[in-house]
Amino acid sequence: MDNKGIAGNIAKSDCYVEFTPRDSGGNLIKLDSKVEAYYGNHIRKLAENVLEKLGVKNSELSITDQGALDFVIAARIEAAVKKVSDTANEFLFDIREENKTPSGKSQTRFSRLYLPGNTPKLMINAGIHKPNGLILDLEDAVAPDKKHEARFLVRNALRILHFYGAERMVRINQGERGIKDLEFVIPHFPNLILVPKCESAEDIKKVNDTIDRLKRENNIDFPVWLMPIVESAKGVMEAYNIAKSAENVVAMAIGLEDYTADLGVRRTNEGTESFFARTMLVNACKAAGIQPIDSVFSDVSDMDALAENVKKSKSLGFEGMGCIHPRQIKVIHENFAPDDVEIEKAKKIYLAFKEAKAKGLGVVSLGTKMIDAPVVKRAVSTINLAVTTGKLNKNWEEDEK
Amino acid sequence: MKNKKYDKLVKNAAGRIVPTIINGEEHVPFMGVGKYRPTGRKYGPPIPTCADYPEDGNKVVESLKEALIKAGLKDGMTISTHHHFRNGDLIANMVFDIAHELGVKDLRWFPSASFPCHEHLIQYLEDGTIHHIEGSMNGPLGKYASEGKMRGLGILRSHGGRYQAIQDGEVVIDIAVIAAPTADPFGNANGVEGDAACGLLGFALGDSQYAHKVIVVTDNLVPFPAIPWQIQGNYVDYVVKVDKVGIPEKIVSGTTQITKSPDRLLIAEMTAKFCEQTGLIYNGFSYQAGAGGTSLSIGNYFADILRKNGWKARFIRAGSNKYPVQMLEEGLVDYILDGQTFDLEGVRSMRENPNHVWTSPFTSYNYHSKGNFASMVDIVVLGATEVDLNFNANVVTHSDGYLLHGIGGWQNTLFGKTTILPIPLFRDRIPVIRDEVTTLCAPGEMIDVIVTERGIAINPLRQDLIEKAKKTDLPIKTIEQLKEEAEEICGVPEKAELDDEIIAVIKWVDGTVIDSVRKVKTK
Repeated sequence: MDNKGIAGNIAKSDCYVEFTPRDSGGNLIKLDSKVEAYYGNHIRKLAENVLEKLGVKNSELSITDQGALDFVIAARIEAAVKKVSDTANEFLFDIREENKTPSGKSQTRFSRLYLPGNTPKLMINAGIHKPNGLILDLEDAVAPDKKHEARFLVRNALRILHFYGAERMVRINQGERGIKDLEFVIPHFPNLILVPKCESAEDIKKVNDTIDRLKRENNIDFPVWLMPIVESAKGVMEAYNIAKSAENVVAMAIGLEDYTADLGVRRTNEGTESFFARTMLVNACKAAGIQPIDSVFSDVSDMDALAENVKKSKSLGFEGMGCIHPRQIKVIHENFAPDDVEIEKAKKIYLAFKEAKAKGLGVVSLGTKMIDAPVVKRAVSTINLAVTTGKLNKNWEEDEK
Repeated sequence: MKNKKYDKLVKNAAGRIVPTIINGEEHVPFMGVGKYRPTGRKYGPPIPTCADYPEDGNKVVESLKEALIKAGLKDGMTISTHHHFRNGDLIANMVFDIAHELGVKDLRWFPSASFPCHEHLIQYLEDGTIHHIEGSMNGPLGKYASEGKMRGLGILRSHGGRYQAIQDGEVVIDIAVIAAPTADPFGNANGVEGDAACGLLGFALGDSQYAHKVIVVTDNLVPFPAIPWQIQGNYVDYVVKVDKVGIPEKIVSGTTQITKSPDRLLIAEMTAKFCEQTGLIYNGFSYQAGAGGTSLSIGNYFADILRKNGWKARFIRAGSNKYPVQMLEEGLVDYILDGQTFDLEGVRSMRENPNHVWTSPFTSYNYHSKGNFASMVDIVVLGATEVDLNFNANVVTHSDGYLLHGIGGWQNTLFGKTTILPIPLFRDRIPVIRDEVTTLCAPGEMIDVIVTERGIAINPLRQDLIEKAKKTDLPIKTIEQLKEEAEEICGVPEKAELDDEIIAVIKWVDGTVIDSVRKVKTK
């Protein structure tokens, strides 16, 4: 009988773990680490602690390490142990305070970077590229036989990884597997869950029922937003119902690879074949008061084509786009951000508003035009976007003088 | 050479314990930057006479073996070779195959750098043909030396320090073997023509001037004159024709493409932004461009900044390849002052363009001269394996103590006006900023700025830069903050345990001993 639990990979910033329970002799830990000289003792101690917490008394544990961080090593050991033995215990790191920060319902979501949920190497520095959101992906980016171990890694990452201010997102799997994923995710304060292949309001309800249950069980009062991904003809037809299916649905994305496959057509750069779906999604979102988010652009080497794509996307009404490479983030931000004409207009409105306020005037006017409060609000948000995307100096008011 | 490997340890001005007797010869410990004042005269090789050389100028002999025998190859001699063919060098291995065949022992190999292709020579270190290496040791040779297996003590010098050592008579070369892509029977030689064209032969210049015997080896023998004569035949004793002097495709080694790593691109972008926003880049500025993927992309960003402002750089100090060449041809820079070429575009440009200038360690780096142009360069971008809280830097060993890189021109270029190290804060969990560097290659006063993906630290000695950076939105942090940030992510590393035994020393640019390299503990 094969009673060996295996997890992890022979890869940079990762480790490969084999776990074999035995009847006696205590825990024998074998470590072969590239960083033995600096962290060897530390890693052995960590492994002992993990086994102890999981209630393992007698076993052989071998770790082949290529510079994995603690949260990775612990996730790999736990995954390997739980492949062959049942224990309800979890080895959890203290959660970083900032990893409990809630996100705003309608905060900027220009970019969200997909991170394969089982590839620690790509996780560690992802946040420094400053995407609006980081997605720990349990779905398409994880091979079927790695789904189990990825859950532990994603769970640990939610608690320990530096997100550097990015919204903490997780894409769960489709169907029942996705519902199970939530158990590894919800207790660890994710800001947003991406629900793939969403085709009905019922899909959202299932997810929300589980989220509510897990929140109750774990005594968590924390906003968890949803971003359904529409990836099929049926999903497109149901877009509006999905968009307004629940209070916590804050955005909806379209996935064009699957959608075009569903239609039986080829995905082109011009995107004629998906024009209907995209405008349908934008309309559904706007009608429901949520953010419409565009599909990823898959040619990571062509930044000019990406810029064109973003401009087109913005003109259709989209307010964000997925990305699969950190270099895409800047291009996406720059092109979703307000352009020079928009910024100039916003500055004039804002300054007129300030002047009117200083003079104690109740009515704001620019030239001969009256300015309503929502217009001022939009101008302020345009200016904020311009500043955060580097299009406008944060001291622009002084520069104006 | 039956001396002790080393003797008479002292603590030098950098607080490092170094030997003052190395392989039986006396050496001066590091005294501080610019503190050591040499006295006396430069080294003089024996005076030759034309009466001993053929009037028809034909110095060609039958084989390298014959040339070495004629040059008087014998036990204990110092033999030099050069690395302008990089990992495609064939000559060094040939020289020691012959020495082995002739039963010669205890040679000192004095290469300008060694490469993995020289792993072949380990057998001769084992059997005593080669006593020890003075030159960069990386790859297999570095491992061999680090494990304490070499009979003598290794001495690592910068390119400029190597010229200085030859000029000052610190190293007397008995036989220099210069591999040349093109040469004539008189011994004039260059690197711009021929199948194995590699650009220039600057690393061999000092050897040609000061060695007792000089052998030029080529696979492209042309009638006199071989033009340009980067090496002048008037210094040369023998010329040898071989089938193949180097493997061209391996000459172009090292990283010659702009990095695709998003993290490294971010560091490059931050470096360029730092230079732009603190006013280090201006119309007529100059910079040193390395060959690593990060350096290359920094050069690319510099080009963007020049273009945007309608500016032109006065010169680029290179390691050239296609990227600086493009800038030269686009008119973004007046001159490339080249120390070695890294790709065939660099070779082509050097051959065709008079503004792509071949230099030598004499013009660029020799510290015992009446100035050199390294100190005139505005921005110098370099790598490092470790930096400590005092900005001291290491470029030769990794934190585990193994010798892995040569010094190259690294120490020499530190004399530029602003030295910047763009480095990742940690590599595979191992933090780059340490309490103390494993091996000291540069005192902290020479390093001005460290750019990492998580922030930029400026040396407190550079208050001018600190002031200028305050007015920008750059993520400026202290070096202590950066260290803590790395350790918060990676954990605090233990210090690698090294043996007390010394296996090599590091020379400063003035020939003084700045640090010792310890033997690693092997299991």
